[in-house]
Amino acid sequence: MNRWVLPVLVLAALIGAWQVAASSGAIADALGLEPFLVPSPSEIADALWESRSLLAENAWVTLREILLGLLCALAAGLGFAVLLHLSETLRRAFYPLIVASQTIPIVAIAPILIVWFGFGIGPKLAIVALICFFPITVNTLDGLRSVDPEATKMMRTLDASRWQILRRVEAPTALPYVFSGAKIAAVIAPIGALFGEWVGSDAGLGHLILQDNAQLETARMFAAVAVLATIALALFGLLALAERRVVRWR
Amino acid sequence: MRQDTKVVPTEAMDFAATSRSPAGAASPGVPVSVRGLHHAYGELQTIERLDLDLPAHGVLGLVGPSGCGKSTLLELICGLQEPGDGAIDVGGAGDAASRLSRCAFMPQRDLLLPWLAAIDNAALALRNRGVRRREARAEAGKLFERFGLAGFEHALPAELSGGMRQRVAFLRTLVAGKPVLALDEPFASLDAITRAEMQSWLAGALESNPRTVVLVTHDVEEALYLSDRVAVLSARPGRIVEELSAPAPRAPDRDAVVTDPGFVEVRERAMHALRAGTR
Repeated sequence: MNRWVLPVLVLAALIGAWQVAASSGAIADALGLEPFLVPSPSEIADALWESRSLLAENAWVTLREILLGLLCALAAGLGFAVLLHLSETLRRAFYPLIVASQTIPIVAIAPILIVWFGFGIGPKLAIVALICFFPITVNTLDGLRSVDPEATKMMRTLDASRWQILRRVEAPTALPYVFSGAKIAAVIAPIGALFGEWVGSDAGLGHLILQDNAQLETARMFAAVAVLATIALALFGLLALAERRVVRWR
Repeated sequence: MRQDTKVVPTEAMDFAATSRSPAGAASPGVPVSVRGLHHAYGELQTIERLDLDLPAHGVLGLVGPSGCGKSTLLELICGLQEPGDGAIDVGGAGDAASRLSRCAFMPQRDLLLPWLAAIDNAALALRNRGVRRREARAEAGKLFERFGLAGFEHALPAELSGGMRQRVAFLRTLVAGKPVLALDEPFASLDAITRAEMQSWLAGALESNPRTVVLVTHDVEEALYLSDRVAVLSARPGRIVEELSAPAPRAPDRDAVVTDPGFVEVRERAMHALRAGTR
């Protein structure tokens, strides 16, 4: 049986149950709400279709924040991981700080980033990059360090320079780890972008969700959430595909 | 099926002797000597008062119980580590960098790089020295034919059998063109039949490509068949408790050699020394 069959069945069952519960008014009754506050999946699908251009416009803004933020995190994360790998001193100095930095809640510093960088794309990139940096750096570093020490010795007797050991042995060994980090990052990046938009923005899915929430446009709010989830899934899928293409020896 | 293990000896075959070794080794194989070697990891004394002498093109087998410092000794000879005390001389040079430039190390597991085709694995040393991929492949390719690996040049390591992988790993060591080969339990991971095949294969390879070889193994029979001399090491701290001459080093018919009464007798002496050294 195809591995997609079961999850799709479960998802369909959940959506079906939601449809029945929402359209019969059962959820709204139970919560004591007006029925229009509890949209059914079919209403959400309608909203998705009717507002498609608005959603697409805003999705593009958010997607750009996500992609650029991810790229920054990748560049910084890979660079940092290699530096920390090559220098024991740097690793000892920075590694604990990198881990500790993860305990700073982005929620707390996001408003200050908006104050510093304004309402443009800057603070969103910063937030996305900040939350993606950690899984990429830590995974890459783990990958670089997972090389068999015997392989390094063997390469040294085969006249390899430090750089050649990095390029021919350590980097390919680390590649699957890099992909793991990037996949985690791809899934959390939309959360960062959304949050950046909530704190201050004039466009993007996060912006739209806040607006719709305030105007009780609940169906379109859910539609925006669905779009954001689709972006995250697509990114993850693309990375998984790229991994299969690149890491052929596994 | 032994035919794929056959080694075709040819004259003037040692391309590696003429290859660009940074040590500029004119002839493959240089003498190795070890004097009064002491080595410790922290408080743990691993090697004690160890002397070794190995002529150019000599093959020395080192057997000993697990943890007796055999692998450490190989790393010390190769210049991958500096000894705590004592002198190691490889072809007239004692410092680690010179030793490193004269020794090629074959680790216990084949450690072929899984993303490189067999031929690119074998050509690693050439690539590291800046030889272009095409040239490097051409040079390594010559050896593939000679060593029963023709047709497997572009296979990934995962597609090769254990014995094949070990052969590629040995070629990788040979292609480096170093005068000294340090082999660390090269066949430990193979099954008994493949191991016997590989011993014959290696014997042939060494006969046609003479080098100075230090072979670490825990298999006394393997050591006695492949080496000229076998040094039995004691349990840690490792020192030599017995040195034996092999009756018929690398003779063509391995199975006949290892069942010969003369061979069996030396093997028993080695086993005895091993047992005595373990106590």
